Amino acid sequence: MKWGAILRLVLVLLLLALVLRPGWFTPVFAPLAPAGGPVIYQRSSLLSLSLSHLGLVAAASGAATLIAVTLAVLVTRPAGTAFRPLSRTITNMGQTFPPVAVLALAVPALGFGAGPTLVALFLYGLLPIFENAMTALSTLPPATIEAARGIGLNRWQRLTRVELPLAFPVILAGIRLSVVIALGTATIGSTVAARTLGEVIIAGLLTNNTAFVLQGGLIVGLFAVLIYDALSQLESRVSRRLGR
Amino acid sequence: MSIRTAGRGLSPPGLLFAMLGAAALALPFMTLSPNRIVSGQGVAAWAVAAPGIALPGLAAVLAGLVLGLAAAYPKLRLAGALAGLAGLLWLLSQGAAALLDGAGEYARVSPAAGFWCLGLVLMLQVADAMATLRPGPGLRALLLAAFLAVLAAILWSGLLSDLSVMVEYASRARAFRDATLRHLGLAFGSLAAAGVIGFPLGILCHRQATLRGATLPVLSFLQTIPSLAMFGLMIPILGWVGATFPAARAVGIAGIGFAPAFLALVLYSLLPVVANTVAGLASTPPAALEAARGMGMTAGQRLWQVELPLGLPVILAGLRIVLVQNVGLAVIAGLIGGGGYGTFVFQGLNQTATDLILLGALPTVLLALVAAIVMDILVELARRTPETTP
Repeated sequence: MKWGAILRLVLVLLLLALVLRPGWFTPVFAPLAPAGGPVIYQRSSLLSLSLSHLGLVAAASGAATLIAVTLAVLVTRPAGTAFRPLSRTITNMGQTFPPVAVLALAVPALGFGAGPTLVALFLYGLLPIFENAMTALSTLPPATIEAARGIGLNRWQRLTRVELPLAFPVILAGIRLSVVIALGTATIGSTVAARTLGEVIIAGLLTNNTAFVLQGGLIVGLFAVLIYDALSQLESRVSRRLGR
Repeated sequence: MSIRTAGRGLSPPGLLFAMLGAAALALPFMTLSPNRIVSGQGVAAWAVAAPGIALPGLAAVLAGLVLGLAAAYPKLRLAGALAGLAGLLWLLSQGAAALLDGAGEYARVSPAAGFWCLGLVLMLQVADAMATLRPGPGLRALLLAAFLAVLAAILWSGLLSDLSVMVEYASRARAFRDATLRHLGLAFGSLAAAGVIGFPLGILCHRQATLRGATLPVLSFLQTIPSLAMFGLMIPILGWVGATFPAARAVGIAGIGFAPAFLALVLYSLLPVVANTVAGLASTPPAALEAARGMGMTAGQRLWQVELPLGLPVILAGLRIVLVQNVGLAVIAGLIGGGGYGTFVFQGLNQTATDLILLGALPTVLLALVAAIVMDILVELARRTPETTP
């Protein structure tokens, strides 16, 4: 546990240094750059690329969470039962669609830029959250729901005070999955001209500059690993509180 | 079922499909453009061909959506959806020929938003009817084979060869075949490699809790690294290996191309293989293990004759995740010179040539869907065997 905390701190500091003080790493990356070529990516600031990347992910995941949880609530009410087999099929088959293909197919429909990336991230992000929320809401212990009804809570109160809090850890796991996929897909978004950290990697691939590739790859990879870790921590904390 | 229940039953999803379908009919059904790069002009579904030709197709689509309303008769809903899809196909093939007639040598026709939305709605209607009918694994395999045969026949017959994406295909038939082989090689090759490494590792992890505690978190962190970063990070590593060891270079290991893509896919595949092997082995009922021990089986016999057969469905489910994931991720190989369908996708994105993007993306999606359905069937078959064998 202690080692985990130290490792986490080291990775956070490494990430901050890579984004805020890329110049420090010139000696590390220099052997990988082509002779005479630039070692550190300078076409735009890594900080602004990071913020734009995280902003895209946050916007898409936030919207996806809102819509997916709403849909899951609707489908698990008695009136929505008719849609349940269909929604299960859609989540099953929808998640076999490769994220890259969703991104590529959004371009003909929406053109280049942040728009198609946002839409692809949103659409793809819906599925894991919806799947988890639907599973959690439809497998709550019947006795608890019965008790909530017994103490006189109406449907809305039952939903907001009992069902959603109980389902929260599982929903959170869906969000974590969705955010990790979104971080990766946003990276590829730079091939359709969205401003993300993928730009650094792509620039490196196009100019045969492995220094850029490594620099971009490290930053994106560290972001993903640290965000995944933070969400896992949150998740276990929430379920521990619920279990108590 | 009595007439009263049938009469009262309007299928709610069917109603949704009918409304979405009607709205999709108002969108442009096809586009006609003067060449392959310029964006074209939308043509409505009823205007793609002379009324006498367009009408039967439109009628089939509408009838299909209406049949989808019959809540009590899932077979009718399925038949309706298939009729609707046939109508779409008719409109597309007849429309392409009619629109191209006299439109100039470089003119291109492509399906537009209306076609894609209607196709999606009707496919959802198929999925909804199938979810109600719940065909067994054998029937599902048969249906999948029939679907692929019909698709192959349609493509073979040249019915759609006027469409822009098929024109792109015709000028790249050879490259397309190579890309297909490379894509399959990447997806299945990395699956095989991950199996060779992952199964023994999973079995070891099952036996030793300390190894399991160290391995699974590392693998799941590997899994979170974004694909482009992972593919990119392989470049310096394999570039160094290729430059340092002549033997490695001789077998084609280099910074770009097949090797880094393959290695990245293997790394991504390890978590589902190892984690599901562990979960599958752990799912053996303690009573079965006790019985096996009582019969005097050795540890090896217990593994091969009890634990592995009982854990097979879970292990196969892991392979399903890997296969579907790798079919999709192999697209990224196109960016680092690894070949596959990604080559077309990223070329298309660079040239803003929509049809080239489709030429790469559509087969990828189809491959992923087929892989998912086939693996689902296998998982179900594996789950059945222990109960039916005496």
